[in-house]
Amino acid sequence: MAASSRSVFSSCLNYTRSFSLTSTRTSRQFTRQICVSSRVQVNKAARGPEKFSIEYIRKHAEEFEVGKRRLANMMGEDPETFTQQDVDRSIEYLFPSGLFEKKARPVMKHPELIFPKQTAAQWDKDGRPFHFLFYTGTPSFYSIMHDTFGKVLAIEKHQDQMRSKGALPQDSKQISLGGSRWLLKEELEEVLVENISDQDYSRFLQLMDKLLSLPFCALEEEFVQRFRKQLEIQSTKQEIPDVHCDENGRSYSQAQGRRKTATASVTLRDCGSGRVAVNGKDCLLYFPILQDREQIMFPLHFAGMLGRFDVQAHVEGGGRSAQAGALRLAIARALLSFVSTPAEVETIRQAGLLTADPRIKERQKPGQAGARKKYTWKKR
Amino acid sequence: TMLKSTFTLLSWQQQVGQYYTIPSAQLKKAFPNGLPRRFQMQIKTFNEACVMVRQPGLELISYLKRADYAKPALRYILFGEVGCGKTMSLCHTLHFCSTQGWLVLHVPDAHLWVKNCKELLPSSSRPTRLDQPIEASQWLKNFKITNEHFLSKQIKTTRRYIWTKRESTEEGRPLGEMVDHGMSRVKSSSDVVGALLRELRLQAGGATEDAFRLAVAVDGVNALWGKTSLKKEDKSPVSPDDLTLIHNLKKMLRNDWCGGAILTTLSQTGSLFKPRSAYLPTELLGEEGFDNMDPFVPIPVSNYSDKEFESCYLYYMDRNWLQHPHSRTEEGRKELLFLSSRNPSILERLCSFL
Repeated sequence: MAASSRSVFSSCLNYTRSFSLTSTRTSRQFTRQICVSSRVQVNKAARGPEKFSIEYIRKHAEEFEVGKRRLANMMGEDPETFTQQDVDRSIEYLFPSGLFEKKARPVMKHPELIFPKQTAAQWDKDGRPFHFLFYTGTPSFYSIMHDTFGKVLAIEKHQDQMRSKGALPQDSKQISLGGSRWLLKEELEEVLVENISDQDYSRFLQLMDKLLSLPFCALEEEFVQRFRKQLEIQSTKQEIPDVHCDENGRSYSQAQGRRKTATASVTLRDCGSGRVAVNGKDCLLYFPILQDREQIMFPLHFAGMLGRFDVQAHVEGGGRSAQAGALRLAIARALLSFVSTPAEVETIRQAGLLTADPRIKERQKPGQAGARKKYTWKKR
Repeated sequence: TMLKSTFTLLSWQQQVGQYYTIPSAQLKKAFPNGLPRRFQMQIKTFNEACVMVRQPGLELISYLKRADYAKPALRYILFGEVGCGKTMSLCHTLHFCSTQGWLVLHVPDAHLWVKNCKELLPSSSRPTRLDQPIEASQWLKNFKITNEHFLSKQIKTTRRYIWTKRESTEEGRPLGEMVDHGMSRVKSSSDVVGALLRELRLQAGGATEDAFRLAVAVDGVNALWGKTSLKKEDKSPVSPDDLTLIHNLKKMLRNDWCGGAILTTLSQTGSLFKPRSAYLPTELLGEEGFDNMDPFVPIPVSNYSDKEFESCYLYYMDRNWLQHPHSRTEEGRKELLFLSSRNPSILERLCSFL
């Protein structure tokens, strides 16, 4: 079902078309019927979810590889170094789609990414299940719990041995948990290809915590890290604008910012005296309201660089508050190039100065006066 | 840095940024109504009137000292952005003039005569003109407080003035009598003002023993050539020339008399129908006003310099006006500098929050 909602083009580019051949008679005439006759009543709901066998997926994977090479040849690029990004780009070029829903657009990906993961056959030809925990209903999950508890017991046994030898080290190595988090329930489900309940998930976390509380847990570090996801430091992804030098020798940086409908572009010059010029006017004349000036002041004040810079800004669109917000974002971005350490960049990011405010005016709905306001309700 | 003594003439550059106090006795006399409202509130709070010595004020005073009073009166216009300190510089100069013994004719805000007038009477002397009895009598009262000693003794009228059928002032009477008459007979107060101005114009800077110098100070002089928000009974708009007070004041501002100086300020805050960004003489005076005031000496007033800002900040700290602990730190000072962008009035308003 999931696959049928997306258009799969791996087979299309292969010029093999599947004809549905039905011949009512045994004659040598081949009739090509497009539609299935009404004789065969198929109850799709009772069939259950569509099953894709391993051979099926393997076959489509081969077709996908061949199709990728053909696509590369079509686009005039080298088939050896044709990455998935190039594939996406080419498909977007060859099949331009105006649909808003990204998932409804044409897609050419490896079958493993498209078809949902399904478990292989779980029992042999006699009906005997392969896995010893099959009858729990979620064998992979319970097998993990079983393995983890086995490791807990093993560690305790090891601890007893060390204690009996008298070689219990005071400072035992702990697994470093900083910079990573446990897999979420959905992610765990994805790994195990099974559905888990909330209670099961919490039991899993409890067992993991118990494992980590033991002194010699460093032995099982690799096992534990399988269930932890590393978190990247967001600030490394932040783009810092370049610092240029103008003819007087003053360094400056430029940045843009947007808020609601206002766009601002700012030049921040070093060795200044704290003057701000907006659209050629002084900041005080352009923003007579104190709140707007406070907003503009905030990035410089937070970084502690109030009297150091001269700000030259150009802003248009939006209203008073939107222009102030756009300026604030632009100044914060331009400030990054003068900030020395990545730790400071991280503090600025955590202060919320570098996040673009996504709020825009909500659309008016039909049958209502505004976005939320309804017409007068009459009881009868 | 504070100078707590009364005002003494010292050398120029040292004085800029320092505060001097006007003694309260002189204060009531010199400025019954002349100071800006927020400054009056500050005087009440701090119990003293401390004025910062700034470059435009010193410049104006130096011009007054060096001018030749045998020649026709020079016109000075103080102009600058909103809240820069034009009115304060004017008051500083007027205090100097009054300590030097000049006769000070101070119109605190010409815009008050041009809008929100409760009563408009048709003038008794000229049928086309309109009188403003309340404003005129108020102004005469203040004038009397300021220049008491001049009015009672020295100046005499040069001719006979007839106010109504029954009332008149004879020739040779002291001017104080005329002023009292104007204050009591409210209906003819505007005419009294006109006559007073004429007398002073004729008698200023004479060669006699008891000659006096006349300082005409008008704040918001651009009101005289702008539009009014007043309407006649038939809802037609009133132009400034139709008002007796304005008409006489305009005659005063012409430089056809000797023995004094004309000090004026442009003001956007009270002005009618002018955009907020306008501050240059050409913008605020308009063509007609500019031609009338030409030639004049323009004196620009700007925001605080670093030294002046520092001085103001230290003054507020000294007076314990900045209560918030953060505002007393270096960080707080930088914040104030940025937010007020060195504008005196904005800084004062900001500090009043803290």
